[in-house]
Amino acid sequence: MDFEFFVNLLFSGLTRGSIYALLALGYTMVYGIVKLINFAHGEVYMIGAFTTLIMVSVLTILNLPILAIAVIAALVAIVWSAGYGYTLDKIAYKPLREAPRLSALISAIGMSLFLQNYVRLAQTSDFLPFPRFLPTVRFLDNYDGLSSSQFIIFTTTTVVMVILTIFIKFTRVGKSMRAAAQDRMMATLTGVNVNKTISVTFLIGSVTAAIGGILISAHVGQINFYIGFLAGIKAFVAAVLGGIGSIPGAVLGSFVLGLTESFGAGYISSDYEDVFAFIILVLILIFRPSGILGKPAAQKV
Amino acid sequence: MLRLEGIKTFYGNIQAIKGISLEVNEGEVVCLIGANGAGKSTTLMSISAIVPPREGEIYFNDEPISRLAPDEIVKMGIVQVPEGRHIFPGLTVQENLDMGALLRRDKEAIGKDLDYVFELFPILKDRKSQAGGTLSGGEQQMLAISRALMASPKLLLMDEPSLGLAPLLVQQIFEIIRKVNTESGTTIFLVEQNANLALKIADRGYVMETGRITLTDTAANLLENEDVRRAYLGV
Repeated sequence: MDFEFFVNLLFSGLTRGSIYALLALGYTMVYGIVKLINFAHGEVYMIGAFTTLIMVSVLTILNLPILAIAVIAALVAIVWSAGYGYTLDKIAYKPLREAPRLSALISAIGMSLFLQNYVRLAQTSDFLPFPRFLPTVRFLDNYDGLSSSQFIIFTTTTVVMVILTIFIKFTRVGKSMRAAAQDRMMATLTGVNVNKTISVTFLIGSVTAAIGGILISAHVGQINFYIGFLAGIKAFVAAVLGGIGSIPGAVLGSFVLGLTESFGAGYISSDYEDVFAFIILVLILIFRPSGILGKPAAQKV
Repeated sequence: MLRLEGIKTFYGNIQAIKGISLEVNEGEVVCLIGANGAGKSTTLMSISAIVPPREGEIYFNDEPISRLAPDEIVKMGIVQVPEGRHIFPGLTVQENLDMGALLRRDKEAIGKDLDYVFELFPILKDRKSQAGGTLSGGEQQMLAISRALMASPKLLLMDEPSLGLAPLLVQQIFEIIRKVNTESGTTIFLVEQNANLALKIADRGYVMETGRITLTDTAANLLENEDVRRAYLGV
C-alpha cells in the first residue's frame, strides 16, 4: 500500500472516469432536453467499438501505417455511430414524444436489447481481440504509473469536454439546446426548431459515446456485444450521481464514480468492483436525490 | 395585417375556440378581453402555431399561415410574449435576449435593438449577466417583452402582461407597450383580463366569451358599453 500503488489507482480511476464521462454526457444531454433515459446509449458505444474493429480489419489490406488506419477507422466509426444515435431517436423515440414517459423508456430498453442481440447475431458472441492502436507517448517511457493509453484517454476526454463546453455555451445551436431543455414551449416561440435540436443532441451524445467505446477498447484490447451494457448502466449512475440534466454534473459524477471504483477495488476488494457504483447510487438517491450538482425539482404552484 | 377567419381550435377532443374571425391592422393596438377560460390564450397559441387550428385560416399580410411551423411564424415577424413570462431560468439576461434574436443574422441591427431595449428597461442592463431565474416578477416581464422585441417583430402578441405584477409596475409596462407601438410602429395584439387598462391603451377591442367573439368596437366605445362595464370593468 505504498505511494506508487495509490498513484496507479488514481490514474486508473481517472481513466475509468473519462470513459464514463464520455458516455454520461449523452445520457444527461438527452435527459435534459427530452426527459428520457436513453437506455440504448451504451449500445451506441459498443457499436462504435465494433465498427472500428471491422474498419481496421478492412483497412489492413491497404497496407497503411497503423496510426492512419486507426484514425480513419475511428472517424468512420464515429460517424456511423452518430447515424445510429440519430436513427434511434427517429424510429424509437420521436413517435413517442407526446406519449407517457414510461412508453419511451420501454422503447429504449427494447432498442438496447435489440441492438445487443443484433450485433451478437451479425458478429459473434465471443470476445474479439481489439487492436491496441493507441500510439505510445514518448515522455512517459520512464514512468510506470501512467500508461500511454491512459494518458491519451484522459487528454482526449479533456479536449472533447472543452470543445463541448464552448459549443454549448457560445454557439447558436448550443444556446438553442439549453433553451429547449429549460422551457421547450418558449424555445419554440423564439424560433427554435425543437425536433432538429433534439436530433443534434442525439448526434453529439453518440459521437462522444463512440469516442469512449473506441478508446476503452483500444486500452483493454478486447470487445464483445455486451460491453455497452454495464458501461452504459454505470455511466447512467454517474449522470444521476452528478445530477441528471446537468453537463458539469455528469462529468463530476463520472470522475467520482471512476475514482471510487478504482480505490474501492484497490484498497477493499476487486471482487466488489461493480458493487461500488450501485452503493454510491443508493446513497445518492437516499441523501441527495437530485444529485451533486442537480437542482431539486421545483414545485409548481 | 393579421386576419383570422373561422378559426376552430381543439385540445384533444375539447374545443377551445368555436369559430372566431378577427382582424388586426398595421400599426394598431388591438386588445382581446374576456374572462378566464374564454379562449384568449388559445387564440394566440393558434396564431403562433403552438396549437394549430383544426379549421379556418389565418392570414398574415394576405398570406395563409395556419400550416406553417412555429419557427416559420417567428421568421415572418409574428412574435409572442406568452402568459407567465417563460424566462429561461438558467440562461443569463443577455442570453435570454440573444434567444429572442435567434433567427436574425443582421448583427448591426441586433446591436441597435439591444441598445433600444436597454433604454426601455435600464434595469436589464445592470442585470445583464445574472441568471434569468433570479429576476423579480416585474423584471422578468420586462425581460420577456425585451426578448420578443429582439426578434424585431412586425406583430407582437402579448398574453396577460399585467399578470401578477404590482399596480405601479402594470402602469409602467402598459406605457412601454404604447411607446413601442408609437416609436417603432410595431403592431400589437394584446390579450388581457385587466380590461380597463387594456382598453385605455388600445385602438380597438374584441370581447371573447367561451370560445366565441361576442362584441367588437373601438376601445373608447367598449369602455362606455354598459355590458362590458358590468361584466369586465366591475362598474
